[in-house]
Amino acid sequence: MSDRTRASDQEEQRLEHQTDEGAQALARRSEVVSGGPWPENDETMIINMGPQHPSTHGVLRVMLELDGETILRSKPVIGYLHTGMEKTGEELTYVQGATNVTRMDYLAPLSNELVFSMAVERLLDLEIPPRAVWIRMMLVELQRMASHLLFQATNGMDVGAVSMMVYGWRERELTLRFLETITGLRMNHNFIRPGGVAADLPDGWRADLDELCTLVERGVRDYSALLSENPIFLERLVGIGTITTEEAIARGITGPILRATGFPWDLRKAQPYLAYDDVDFDVVYGSHGDCYDRFNIRLNEILQSVNIVRQCADGLPAGDYRVQDRKVTPPPRARIDESMEALIHHFKLFTEGFRVPAGETYVAIESPRGEIGCYLVADGTGKPVRLHIRGPSFYNLQGIEPMTSGALISDAVATISSIDPIMGEADR
Amino acid sequence: MATDQEDAAAGEAASAASDVTDDVARAVVGRFPASVPHDSHGQPVVYVERDAWHDVARYLRDDERFTQCVDVTAVDHLVDVERATIPGVALERFEVVANFLSHPRNRRLRVICELSDDAPTLASLVDLYPGLNFAEREIFDLYGIDFDGHPDLTRILMPEDWVGYPLRKDDAPARIPVVFKEDPGPR
Repeated sequence: MSDRTRASDQEEQRLEHQTDEGAQALARRSEVVSGGPWPENDETMIINMGPQHPSTHGVLRVMLELDGETILRSKPVIGYLHTGMEKTGEELTYVQGATNVTRMDYLAPLSNELVFSMAVERLLDLEIPPRAVWIRMMLVELQRMASHLLFQATNGMDVGAVSMMVYGWRERELTLRFLETITGLRMNHNFIRPGGVAADLPDGWRADLDELCTLVERGVRDYSALLSENPIFLERLVGIGTITTEEAIARGITGPILRATGFPWDLRKAQPYLAYDDVDFDVVYGSHGDCYDRFNIRLNEILQSVNIVRQCADGLPAGDYRVQDRKVTPPPRARIDESMEALIHHFKLFTEGFRVPAGETYVAIESPRGEIGCYLVADGTGKPVRLHIRGPSFYNLQGIEPMTSGALISDAVATISSIDPIMGEADR
Repeated sequence: MATDQEDAAAGEAASAASDVTDDVARAVVGRFPASVPHDSHGQPVVYVERDAWHDVARYLRDDERFTQCVDVTAVDHLVDVERATIPGVALERFEVVANFLSHPRNRRLRVICELSDDAPTLASLVDLYPGLNFAEREIFDLYGIDFDGHPDLTRILMPEDWVGYPLRKDDAPARIPVVFKEDPGPR
């Protein structure tokens, strides 16, 4: 009896330590199930979320100090996408500069090009023809639509509404397709350049634009029907990741996150650039500063942008699409075939570029993510001494700490998603 | 040093100050007499002394209601072909540039501090504007400018073990040779 018991005990012990193949010993089943002996006195643990975590939108790493599932402290770690774009910017001429900055915030490349071009134009004291101004305004608003539509997709996916991913990308792709008909490229357009825009609008753009606006409006209606009152979605977002206005301002946070705290600050209204004075739109702002307000603000900003785009299309003035200053603008293509001077002029402009008088300036505009600024220092040559882009994501990421403190780890996913960081812009 | 030149510079600075119409820039100069106001393409700029950097920021935040420091960055003027001279300002190799924004007054002000080549150090503004934490780390990382009083002055964009400061003009971009796979090596 006792022998048999001992034999079965031994058999059980052997099985507990062996895989089905019998090849290797395993930890005891009790240890496997409970995760091993839990240290009694070590109460918190530090884990890294990212840089490969799918909800970190690229290569953001967040160090989280956890007590169970509760986040005690968090610290964003960036730099994984640092490619030295500001250094590269010092090696490129002002003509080439737009190709470089456009790759920083890759979801809103036209905003980057615009802020760079405006900085160069301010140093040159260039006045841009009205048609170029309105085309620029229409393009950056289309870009805002595309960026916020993608946010709807990724935010939905991050909190579990996976079908939103397909819908958001669908409408965004329509917007990008329209941008492609105008600029020739889906992304990284290099279309807004110092002196105006690269080309005039193509034939038939108006019909395409009207169709696009209708489709995007219908898409936003669908998103709203799907999400805005969806109890599961509300549960994931309402009251999560809150931040106060004072804290947001102190931490340099701008854009939809600042507006979500109930502070209606939008550079398009507060310090109008381009022709935002002449169009009619509302600044969308929230009241609670939580993830749901940020979602809602971006959803409604799409509609405001559609509104602005329509006004731009209606009010588009006739005239030149780039400044007729031979210093920065190449001669018309047709002239190159008949005039040697025009050919030389064209060649010089695209090899040496134009000279910008010594000076420094800071220009800020409202990108989809907040205030994007360009600090540009020139030394009278064809290349800048310093090209600094103040990326809104770089500052907005500092909001992770107050937003996630005391939250659950699953809320960190929703919070990071609602910040909508673009690492290409944060790391440059 | 030649005091005549300094006097002349001070006189020019005073005349430059009277040209600047921005009242905040004038108020800063009234409070910190060593600073120099300037109008850069229509934007108000104040050049401040290195020792006054933190006090100017505190004054702007507390008395002039500049609620946000939007951005702080640095410039290396080592190899400038031509450099805009500001009367009354002794130009140095490095400049640290802070852009302040006042939401209630809806205006901006840029504050610039000249820093010499030799052990560049500046007071950190993180205690006044916590949002500058990343930005000052970036300047430290890319320019090697130290910020006194910064809570966590470590590299932010470059790897932690990186040697050198990439955005300095004397930091050669091709210093580290690119090694290609199956490269037979130099012959």
